[in-house]
Amino acid sequence: MKNKLRLMAGTAAIAAGTMLSTVAHAADTIKVGVLHSLSGTMAISETTLKDTVLMMVEEQNKAGGLLGKKLEAVVVDPASNWPLFAEKTRELIEKENVDVIFGCWTSVSRKSVLPVIEELNGMLFYPVQYEGEESSRNVFYTGAAPNQQAIPAVDYLLSEDGGGAERIVLLGTDYVYPRTTNKILRSYLNSKGITDADIMENYTPFGHSDWQTIVADVKKFASAGKKTAVVSTINGDANVPFYKELGNQGIKAEDIPVVAFSVGEEELAGLDTAPLVGHLAAWNYFMSVDADVNEDFIAKWKAFIKDDKRVTNDPMEATYIGFKMWTQAVKQAGSTDVDAVRQAMYGQTVPNLTGGTAVMNTNHHLSKPVLIGEIQDDGQFDIVWQTDGEVVGDAWSDFIPESAKLTADWTYPWVCGNCEKPMFEEMAAK
Amino acid sequence: MLRKFFTFSWVLPLAIILGLVTATSAPAHADEFSDAVQALNAKSKKQIGQAIDALVATGDERAVPVLEALLNGKLFYRKADKQVFFAEKSGKVYVLTDPVTGKEAGEATRKEAKKIGINNKLRGQLKGVLGAMTLMSPDSAKRMKAADEVFKANSPGMLPMLEKALKREDDADVRDRMTRARAAIVLEYGTDTQARIEAAKVLGDFTDPDVSALLSKVAANADDDAVKAMAQDMQVSVENRLATWAFVGNLFQGVSLGSVLLLAAVGLAITFGVMGVINMAHGEMVMLGAYTTFVVQEIFRNNFPGAFDWSLAVAVPMAFLVTGLVGIAIERGIIRWLYGRPLETLLATWGLSLILQQLIRSIFGPTNQEVGNPSWMSGAIETSTGLVLTYNRIWIIVFSLAVLVMLALIARKTMFGLQMRAVTQNRSMASSMGIRSGWVDALTFGLGSGIAGMAGVALSQIDNVSPNLGQTYIIDSFMVVVFGGVGNLWGTLVGAFSLGIVNKFLEPYAGAVLAKILVLVGIILFIQKRPRGLFALKGRAVES
Repeated sequence: MKNKLRLMAGTAAIAAGTMLSTVAHAADTIKVGVLHSLSGTMAISETTLKDTVLMMVEEQNKAGGLLGKKLEAVVVDPASNWPLFAEKTRELIEKENVDVIFGCWTSVSRKSVLPVIEELNGMLFYPVQYEGEESSRNVFYTGAAPNQQAIPAVDYLLSEDGGGAERIVLLGTDYVYPRTTNKILRSYLNSKGITDADIMENYTPFGHSDWQTIVADVKKFASAGKKTAVVSTINGDANVPFYKELGNQGIKAEDIPVVAFSVGEEELAGLDTAPLVGHLAAWNYFMSVDADVNEDFIAKWKAFIKDDKRVTNDPMEATYIGFKMWTQAVKQAGSTDVDAVRQAMYGQTVPNLTGGTAVMNTNHHLSKPVLIGEIQDDGQFDIVWQTDGEVVGDAWSDFIPESAKLTADWTYPWVCGNCEKPMFEEMAAK
Repeated sequence: MLRKFFTFSWVLPLAIILGLVTATSAPAHADEFSDAVQALNAKSKKQIGQAIDALVATGDERAVPVLEALLNGKLFYRKADKQVFFAEKSGKVYVLTDPVTGKEAGEATRKEAKKIGINNKLRGQLKGVLGAMTLMSPDSAKRMKAADEVFKANSPGMLPMLEKALKREDDADVRDRMTRARAAIVLEYGTDTQARIEAAKVLGDFTDPDVSALLSKVAANADDDAVKAMAQDMQVSVENRLATWAFVGNLFQGVSLGSVLLLAAVGLAITFGVMGVINMAHGEMVMLGAYTTFVVQEIFRNNFPGAFDWSLAVAVPMAFLVTGLVGIAIERGIIRWLYGRPLETLLATWGLSLILQQLIRSIFGPTNQEVGNPSWMSGAIETSTGLVLTYNRIWIIVFSLAVLVMLALIARKTMFGLQMRAVTQNRSMASSMGIRSGWVDALTFGLGSGIAGMAGVALSQIDNVSPNLGQTYIIDSFMVVVFGGVGNLWGTLVGAFSLGIVNKFLEPYAGAVLAKILVLVGIILFIQKRPRGLFALKGRAVES
């Protein structure tokens, strides 16, 4: 009898235990969606960001989680397939009930997520430099806007230190980011007194591998007796053959410097950089930055990925800043509710890995420093120029007439991402 | 204007000093030199530029290695005491050498010493200064390089030095380059109209884009009308000659693109062209070949670093074997069940291509793998006419032709080739003659795949080695085979080269994107007219 009782009590306890634990499990985690391509063309860049989010989640859990709960990463693979990004976003929010999503790389994938995330009132952190001209209520942009990357880089090229370029070649991959960026740059260059005759613009398809003609054309364009520089918005895989061709055709950085907006440590990893020394890149972060917080981050990353040769790059820092800000905002709001967290995000600060502080502004863009680095023969960048302080990200470019009028500000009285006047103008006036 | 300003700022002292150096004046005080070296560790790049001038101004011969170290990123300062040293990396630490005494000065970790960074402007300045300092070098190759650097820097301060060097120069080629550098300085900075016109005439004999650039600059900015007119005339004649060479260059680029297309397509010409299998996994065979190259090179790097230049010689047969075997496995495992059902074959091989890509991604990771160029494939033949023929492209042209010849020999001269042709022309007749058509199919498919693998070795030299490598080439390959004529190797050859050349000649006018579209439209129209491509097979086999 006694035995039987004990057995029953035991079973009940176990049953209760399992029930409790499942309940506790469901209530005790905060779900973090990770929407990065793990296969297809963009896997090369995006897999790293997926790993970065996982690393941050693990670290946060070691530090006790968030609001007394553990974080749980939900990883999906949109497979570099733009419409699939929208589908996976819906799945993450409706089926998995994630509280926040970290994801996307290309602008076209972000554009495909936008309608879904706005419809379902989700929250997306987008960690890559992009062309601007956008501010969604449901997206926080932690990468650089054009005025935090392209404009300072061109300023540097035109400056005495940068070589005083008088002719500019705009090379890009044929899609929305390079075309919009180059549109902004062209009108900026015009305002600096460089006429259209001194600007060459050229677009190539994704994955372009035969750069002979274009590099030869650039050489020809540069032989007009004016100092020439190249601004490259070439994206993804096409960069490696482009830089190989530059090296082989003997274009030295002192003669024609190339400044790139999409080439970081990761892209240079598969490349012998000795012939490329002196070519430039503009980012908000370089792995070579001499700062304690950066060294900690690199050490943590190498330990997490278990590979001493892996590098860190700018979108990783943007992911890091976005994640930190989100955890802070959740703590401040005391909840993971999207609307509450969004309000708590404004003014949130996180120390940059490069020193200084990143601030989230009410236009959903960050204030960050801008750095310009020269490629070194070890595949790293040597910083040759940087802004004095942080630059405020500008959602709508001042150099496109129709955008210059627009304001993005998600606080009262504006509450709008692309308005010419505040939504609550009259009330504010009273 | 800016440029003039900064060249003057460092060239004037340089001119005086170079005079001193060559006059073999006694070295200045050691203190002065050591101070000048220490000054290189300055806050701003501008200060570093001034420090370089000051260092040159000491007239000390020890300045040359210091400036070279600065240029090559080997000049460091110790954080503790701000002392400047040569630093050579050895393992995890830097071995420091005192640039003043030449003695070893211990070691420093990465945290204790920091490189003195330079930018492009300083790099140009350093190269110019070093160029002027090596104009008298006993090594004629060095003098040649120095003359080119001086020509690029083009600053009046170097003129006396250059004239001195010209007087004692006996190598005709180097003399030529020095004359060019001298004429450039006279033309741009001279005051005597007659001398400047002469200089423009001298420059007019060089067929060189840099000369053309200089002439057009002078033609636009000169204050003297006669000089202006002369520079204009000469620029036009240089430009005309350059145009001819540009045409040759364009032709080379077209042939080179054609050779890449040929390599990618020639394997498909067998699997698709001869066997009629629509093999969507063809690109992945190319990709596997490239990864084989990577693995072979890793083995060489770790075990025989000295023989790295030979790694490709091993990689080619290895890639052929690996992809050939994979090809046979695919044929035996999947394709032979699907003969005569093109739609199913297409879907099955497409699925297979995705599986192979993901497999490679899981094993090697999604990022690009570094495949090195052996030294004989790096760099370029650079003529002074602005024509650049890169070695890797030249070798790939040679390799693609060699592969094609080899394939033609196999098809024509071997028993296997005979059986292969027999089976494709009339399967039932061949079988009744005692040929095991099943095995011939498998081997033929293996041969096509193996050749795709060899193409992968070549493509790894010019493209990314990533899991997506194959996707880039699959469309182009089908285009070439269909255009050239299905089942005909010569058609593939002619098709590849004509597409490459047409593409390259359209590109400068239409841009890369539009050129591709135009070529594609052209092929569609062509296929309407000649559905069997350039070289159609004739006979009963085709009709069936």
